[in-house]
Amino acid sequence: MLNKLALGTALGALAASGALAQDITVKLGVLNDRSGIYADLSGEGSAVATRMAVEDFGAADKGMSVEVISADHQNKPDVGSNIARQWYDVDGVNAIVDVPTSSVALAVADITAEANGVLLDSGAGSTSLTREQCQPTTVHWTYDTAALANGTGGAVTNAGGKKWFFLTADYAFGHSLEENTMAVVKANGGEVVGNVRHPFPSQDFSSFLLQAQGSGADVIGLANAGGDTVNAIKQASEFGITQAGQSLAALLMFVTDVHSLGAETAQGLNLTEAFYWDQNDATREWSARFEEQMGAKPTMVHAGAYSATMAYLAAVEALGSAEDGRAIVAKMREMEIDDPLFGKVKVRADGRAIHDMYLFEVKTPAESEGEWDLYKQISSISGEDAFLPMLDECDFSKM
Amino acid sequence: MEKTAAETNHAAPVAEQAGMPGLHKAIFAVLLAFLVVLPFLVYPVFAMKVMCFALFAAAFNLLLGFGGLLSFGHAAYFGGASYVAAHAAKVWGLTPELAVLCGTAAAAVLGLAIGALAIRRQGIYFAMVTLAFAQMVYFFSLQVPFTGGEDGIQSVPRGDLFGLIPLEDNVALYFFVLAVTFGGILFLYRIVHSPFGQVLKAIRENEPRAISLGYNVNRYKLMVFVLSATFAGLAGALKSQVFQLSSLTDVHWAMSGEVVLMTLLGGMGTIFGPLVGAAIIVTMQNYLATFGAWVTIIQGVIFVIGVLLFREGIVGVISRWIKRPL
Repeated sequence: MLNKLALGTALGALAASGALAQDITVKLGVLNDRSGIYADLSGEGSAVATRMAVEDFGAADKGMSVEVISADHQNKPDVGSNIARQWYDVDGVNAIVDVPTSSVALAVADITAEANGVLLDSGAGSTSLTREQCQPTTVHWTYDTAALANGTGGAVTNAGGKKWFFLTADYAFGHSLEENTMAVVKANGGEVVGNVRHPFPSQDFSSFLLQAQGSGADVIGLANAGGDTVNAIKQASEFGITQAGQSLAALLMFVTDVHSLGAETAQGLNLTEAFYWDQNDATREWSARFEEQMGAKPTMVHAGAYSATMAYLAAVEALGSAEDGRAIVAKMREMEIDDPLFGKVKVRADGRAIHDMYLFEVKTPAESEGEWDLYKQISSISGEDAFLPMLDECDFSKM
Repeated sequence: MEKTAAETNHAAPVAEQAGMPGLHKAIFAVLLAFLVVLPFLVYPVFAMKVMCFALFAAAFNLLLGFGGLLSFGHAAYFGGASYVAAHAAKVWGLTPELAVLCGTAAAAVLGLAIGALAIRRQGIYFAMVTLAFAQMVYFFSLQVPFTGGEDGIQSVPRGDLFGLIPLEDNVALYFFVLAVTFGGILFLYRIVHSPFGQVLKAIRENEPRAISLGYNVNRYKLMVFVLSATFAGLAGALKSQVFQLSSLTDVHWAMSGEVVLMTLLGGMGTIFGPLVGAAIIVTMQNYLATFGAWVTIIQGVIFVIGVLLFREGIVGVISRWIKRPL
């Protein structure tokens, strides 16, 4: 009788603890561009990566029920902020993942802080997310423009590209990218021999490229993004600029851009990324699984969505609840993260995730063994060197 | 044909004697009642967005539907006012109603400057001139420091209405937006049905005849242009308070196109058409967001169907069925 009672109690306790763990429900919203210019580098791929993270984390086995939803912000801050508000207020979303396009990301960061959710940003590049407009609920995982400038500017200058010429998109983003990179080039003993501002967006780069060619620079830095970068590289290839000995350095470019250009056009290009699918066994294994679902290799934005979600879920599990966004981000800052894709990652007190960045050079067609075999690694840049130091007013560990 | 002309002739004096016709009164009353309960049915921020765009489309319709002028640069006033209002609320720390007024005033000044030049041309040239000026405003917004470039002006505080009523709560803000947009739309209605509005319609139908009747056509055109720009600005300024941000999307030419789409789909030259068009387009953008790239395709298909099947727009067709102007 007593035994039976004890057994019953034990079973009851087990059932209760099971029910307790089952109580952790998490709803993740992947908010990004699914129809415009960033659809390839983020888009559905980030939703796939987030779902892969939920599976790989083994959420179901750990008694967590995790739901992933997604929406298109169309690169419009009002659309994005409307969706984000609705997700937090009505749909019970706990965290928003990805959010490329800095204007949308900044809007969502504010709303997230108001709603005490979590923003796991992978796609946006603006340093403001963890500086001028830092929030205790923001984790900026993958990259930012300063890290790209530091990576490409510093590494290329140290590798012997001393004289730089900048081709800059004429708006705030281009200016800040140019300014950041110039500072890094000079700090590493390089020299800036000239720069030219092109209208945004631009189709015809011929006159700018001729100026760059005539400047006697070793390196032409492309302080622009998206279609402008792709156009500039195509036209540079037509002018035979890289074949003539000058090298191109793209300051913001993704593996999908390089893939669409092809090794023939993009060969010799230097660029910085946080992740490349062919780095080690873990990245190759994960990327192969990703490719099965998406039909393309992942970008660093996809990888960032995966890794940030993994870290987030670990923090939620440790706290036993997904309700308090500030507490979850605080927990993420404390954790020792050893990520299969990004290696050792530390989430700093301002929400910036610190990890190594890598300088790549695009392979020549002769070296490339497949359509996705595009990069060879030139060097790695440690996280402390790559990212900007923390601002005191953004040190949320003290608050 | 003669019969309709007689009807219109008959309807106009009645409208002027009795103010608003009963049907319109009823529609406005139902609309107001619906809008009062709306925030408890759908998400208030979404409802506010619909209202901002409804006012924007109604302002645009004043120029296109009643003035007969197709402007392809209304994003300049909408977005320009949104930037000024956001800046006023965030940097100057003005209360919401003053920030909105600042934005609206800026749009009026901008409308006066652009309108004075644009009305000298007609038809496609008028559209191109307005587009050219709107592109200049876009470039200006991209370059000047106060707009924050492509980051836009973010985290605009919602502040206290008249320094007294906090608007942090979505429902409180909703009723502020409702009061302003509803007031704005009634004002537009009044303009359309005033003697000024009658002259506008005369100019739209036959400009040389209006000139021969002794009207200073250019002055009327400029006035309607400025009025339209002002109300477009009011809508943009409100939107910046609702979303607490202002960005390049609002000054982009695609926004000018969107408002044309809303007006045509709903029914150009009708009072309620732009409101219906705005509601449909914004609802589609909102609820179809999960379909990604399909949103623009669905929008395009609906537009094509609209143009093929009901050229007068949804409300225009209804108006023809019931043989009453709406």
